[in-house]
Amino acid sequence: MRRWVLIAVPYLWLLALFLVPFVIVFKISLSDVALARPPYIPQFSWDDGIWAFLRELDFENYIFLTTDSLYWKAYLSSLKIAVFSTFLTLLVGYPIAYGMARAPEEWRPTLMMLVILPFWTSFLIRVYSWMGILSQEGYLNQILMWTGIISTPLTILNTNTAVYVGIVYTYLPFMILPIYAALDRLDGSLIEAAEDLGCSRFQAFWLVTFPLSRNGVIAGSFLVFIPALGEFVIPSILGGSKTLMIGKVLWEEFFSNRDWPVASAVAVVLLLILVVPIVLFQRNQQRQAEAEQ
Amino acid sequence: MKKILFTTVAGVALAATSAMAEEVRVYNWSDYIDESLLEKFEQETGLELIYDVFDSNEVLETKMLAGGSGYDVVVPSGTFLQRQIMAGAFQKLDQSKLPNAGNLWDVIEARTAQYDPGNEYSINYMWGSTGIGLNVGKVKEILGEDVQLNSMDLLLKPEVVEKLADCGVYFLDAPTEVVPMVLQYLGEDPDSHDPDVIAKSEPVLAAVRPHIQKFHSSEYINGLANGDICVAMGWSGDVLQARDRAAEAENGVEVAYYAFAEGSLMWFDQMAIPVDAPNPDGAHKFLNFIMDANNMAAASNYVYFANGNLASQQHLEEDVIGDPAIYPDEATLENLYTTTPYDPKVQRVVTRLWTKIKSGT
Repeated sequence: MRRWVLIAVPYLWLLALFLVPFVIVFKISLSDVALARPPYIPQFSWDDGIWAFLRELDFENYIFLTTDSLYWKAYLSSLKIAVFSTFLTLLVGYPIAYGMARAPEEWRPTLMMLVILPFWTSFLIRVYSWMGILSQEGYLNQILMWTGIISTPLTILNTNTAVYVGIVYTYLPFMILPIYAALDRLDGSLIEAAEDLGCSRFQAFWLVTFPLSRNGVIAGSFLVFIPALGEFVIPSILGGSKTLMIGKVLWEEFFSNRDWPVASAVAVVLLLILVVPIVLFQRNQQRQAEAEQ
Repeated sequence: MKKILFTTVAGVALAATSAMAEEVRVYNWSDYIDESLLEKFEQETGLELIYDVFDSNEVLETKMLAGGSGYDVVVPSGTFLQRQIMAGAFQKLDQSKLPNAGNLWDVIEARTAQYDPGNEYSINYMWGSTGIGLNVGKVKEILGEDVQLNSMDLLLKPEVVEKLADCGVYFLDAPTEVVPMVLQYLGEDPDSHDPDVIAKSEPVLAAVRPHIQKFHSSEYINGLANGDICVAMGWSGDVLQARDRAAEAENGVEVAYYAFAEGSLMWFDQMAIPVDAPNPDGAHKFLNFIMDANNMAAASNYVYFANGNLASQQHLEEDVIGDPAIYPDEATLENLYTTTPYDPKVQRVVTRLWTKIKSGT
């Protein structure tokens, strides 16, 4: 009995927070747009029964997505931004995690605190403050001009560069924490052994440390990649009119076109794109758990 | 956009905690009221007023169509109001609770009846035109002393806009206003719903696109006031607020607003009560408070928009009632056009065109 309850908890969680919202969105994606409140005609009602629903079933909103190059271009562009910013986050996050894991034992709680501390401020405000840093008259340009590195201000705000900065900044802790966890558990004697056996410090890192932190790297990368793909807030605050991301397209379908069915179809396709990395992530986690046993 | 996000977040938070009786929740455009009026309302009625702002009709409309926004008073513009009435988003006003309705101006009511027949669902808050805001000094420096400042050429003629580009050109991020403007420029019917006619605006916008710094519906106020930008397509009162802020800052920037010589869009922002407003009684009190001649005059004196309240005109300051940019003379009024809502298919054509113009895709 107790076992059943224990199993039921995660499934209930999944049901309430994933499956139910997904079914609602999927249902809207099959309906037709209408001037009503809410603005669509449901394709399915319990009164008509399931057969009436199946008879009427069409995927016209999904077919519509294939008729306009905007959608796949936006998916591709989001994918590109997500992959690239995940890589950048790894590049920045790994040395930080490494430094934390190598720091003296008594410093570590403080360093950990410093990584988590930004979460105490609203995400929105933190992204906002980047506007003040990156704008034409912003702090970054002021410092660069003052030191004489540049003579005319750089245009960073409202470009894709600013979007990368925003994503890397925002998701950095999600990269650092799993890598730190992996490095922290690392048995120091392995590195000593590698060095005793003739490895240079870099070789020891590349042949021993990095492979052993692989699971942390993979976990961190997924934790950054998945939310970055559907990101809307960062590109709309820091990006320019030219930044094309699927989150923005979704917004326009929803707000400008008032076309909830097509907006839902865009969201369902986005989810399908995400299912692949999510499944890979799950498998990685599982394998890691098994390896530890 | 930043405002949209802020208000969206605020709105979501609000919806969760709404339905407390003695609060009135008002959702109005940003920079659109004398804030001392809000306090005055609370003192006079004893109600707690919660005042949130937005800067795009689209955001408001999605809230209205989704339902359960938690707001008691909202302020959509004419065409959006009309569509939302058809979707059943608003409740009819209870005229018995609005003794100040007699102050309204029949001239404006006759025009708003186009969107809200019989003015059963809404009262006019402000109205104005969509025209051009300029940094007069800079524009004259670039284009010469005798440039015609009220011409659409400054926004739509590539050779001219190119010269202004470095100085900063802003457009409203409002396709339902930009497309009619371009059609008017081309000599087409600005209210055309024919996709082929609407498509004619695309090459015009594409030609000036490289010279447009940003599409945004509220940043240009500060941009003009600080002298950061030179030309903005903007709403009358917003540009005039920029003019005022520049004058106060004494930064040497002279901002001016003009309705287009080619003809400008005339719009009406209407106050209405959502069908599921938690406190419709308080909402009526707020509308009645706004329709008071003194209060409405205070609002107009502060935001530099014309209102639909005849009785308030005696309390308006001379630089408001006497300014043809705010209260246009007969000839200018004749030159203003109005638009009607697009149906979903045409709306999709317009949005798609807009995305293409903005992102190049």
